[in-house]
Amino acid sequence: MFRFLLKRLALTIPTFIALMFITFVMIRLVPGDPIEVRRGERGISPERLEQLRHEMGLDQPVWKQFLDYVNALLHGDFGTSIISKAPVLHEFLTLFPATLELTLCAMVFAVVLGVPAGVIAASRRGGVYDQSLMGLALTGYSMPIFWWGLILILVMSNTLGLTPVSGRVDLIKFYYEPVTGFMLIDSLLSGQKGAFWDAVHHLILPTIVLGTVPLAVIARMTRSSMLEVLEEDYVRTARAKGLSWTRVVGVHALRNALIPVVTVIGLQVGGLLAGAVLTETIFSWPGVGKWLIESINRRDYPALQGGILLIATIVILVNLVVDLLYGLINPRIRHAK
Amino acid sequence: MPSDAALPAPSASPVPPGPIRAFWRAFRENRGAVIGLAVVSLIFLIAIFANVLAPHDPMEQYRGFSKLPPFWMEGSDPRFLLGTDAVGRDMLSRLMYGARVSLFIGIAVMAVSMVAGIALGLTAAFFGGLIDVMIIRVMDLIMAIPSLVLAILIIAIIGPNLTNTIVAVTIVGLPRYVRLVRASALTELSKDYVTAAKVSGVRKFRLMTVTVLPNCLAPLIVQAALGLSDAILEAAGLGFLGLGAQPPTPEWGAMLADTRDLMLSHPWVMAFPGLSILTTVLAINLMGDGLRDALDPRLRRS
Repeated sequence: MFRFLLKRLALTIPTFIALMFITFVMIRLVPGDPIEVRRGERGISPERLEQLRHEMGLDQPVWKQFLDYVNALLHGDFGTSIISKAPVLHEFLTLFPATLELTLCAMVFAVVLGVPAGVIAASRRGGVYDQSLMGLALTGYSMPIFWWGLILILVMSNTLGLTPVSGRVDLIKFYYEPVTGFMLIDSLLSGQKGAFWDAVHHLILPTIVLGTVPLAVIARMTRSSMLEVLEEDYVRTARAKGLSWTRVVGVHALRNALIPVVTVIGLQVGGLLAGAVLTETIFSWPGVGKWLIESINRRDYPALQGGILLIATIVILVNLVVDLLYGLINPRIRHAK
Repeated sequence: MPSDAALPAPSASPVPPGPIRAFWRAFRENRGAVIGLAVVSLIFLIAIFANVLAPHDPMEQYRGFSKLPPFWMEGSDPRFLLGTDAVGRDMLSRLMYGARVSLFIGIAVMAVSMVAGIALGLTAAFFGGLIDVMIIRVMDLIMAIPSLVLAILIIAIIGPNLTNTIVAVTIVGLPRYVRLVRASALTELSKDYVTAAKVSGVRKFRLMTVTVLPNCLAPLIVQAALGLSDAILEAAGLGFLGLGAQPPTPEWGAMLADTRDLMLSHPWVMAFPGLSILTTVLAINLMGDGLRDALDPRLRRS
């Protein structure tokens, strides 16, 4: 196990180096010299220009600049936002809990509905339930989620008045200091009446929108994995023993069918963060996805650079953890060449 | 009327169907796939003949005709069947030209990904060693960054327009093609017929392209179909964020973004572009599922 862990860790190091290199190159390829951007309309004297270049390290050879960049990253310096003048890491960490809360809720939504849907479809193979559930799953999988979000806002918020349109909590009614950054927990901690339910209401639509595609993927995956398991001998044995169909499907088969599903859930993390960009934009959800789009529109390239680096780091780490867990569950992976 | 000609010729043994016939037989079994194929063909025809079919110029802004509702609602104008958008452009015409834009992006992405994916995948599989490691590392890196986030990064560098959308979406989707080609090529390489070809002195390039590649095609075609729908969705997402095709290009995602302010007062303006995206992507996915079942029994969704 230890060797597997070391090997897997060693494999991520080149990925990190390449990632740092790409973001480093990116800031140099982006249209607009960083100094041009700063000097604005009035322009600056050549001496000041030279001084600025020196301050920013732009007069150094490129390899030296890259090493400085890596060094800064390793010390937790992800650059400074041009617009807010705040450190990028600080901005990211302030906004990230909002994104994390949303993605976790979407994942729970997808698993809680997706696994039973897949199981029902598999156990009623070819029947009406199977066909309609899989039809729905394929529709969900094909859904442009930005449109889905707008439709839900139109129907649920504007026509039925059930849910709020944007944000995380009603700021006119409730105010409390963020403690954990998770609105659901903070609203409970604040002790204000109704704050928790308000936060829940704000979460419903974004959760559905972000959870739709993973829900479809998980339902389809559970179904096909379940069908495979149901062909196994031990299922027939369990049936022959006289156990009820429900028990065989729900206990004997499901436990084994879930192994590939767990991997798929892990693989959805990257997709969820990508979906969060669109979802947060639609619902004005103050998370890192919306922040990233705003950074682009404001040409705040240091923020964009740091943000992308941090998001990719999170995805790489999550995939690493999933791999390790999978190795833990399934010894065949661990010992494979 | 007695006649021998009407009798079928007695056949000693049933002739096995050709590969295309066999494929069509398997494909036909899946009703959803056939419906998908029909819808996709229809959308393709609309896209190709958009200039003939569209009643109006998609860019023309008719003054005094803005925000008209579709034909079944009160206050509609029979000249604008699906109504008009905020500045009086005909919705139906824009949707038809939008099909052209979306399918063009999708097919361009698919074609480039196929070529690049085959080239890189085969190179990685055949040369192995350092080249293999390098290619796979780069692909892993691309996969480590969430697709849309990477596409945004690329667009930030090269600027938002139609061509760059194709570039960004291609790069984002490429790893799946490369890994697929590499994996199937590696499987094929260990088989006897490849050894036989090697022994009989087939050159490496010919071995790669003529001997091995055709046997890797089945999963690749399935991937191409699913890649087509992914590319259309991804491009529409970029368009929606204002990072794809720029206005006034009638791109479905960008059309949706345009309508956000109108959404509450004139919901139909928003309904049609989204519905077009959903229909197209769903039809392609239905077709893709059928293709997979027919072409690649290993991946069959039992």
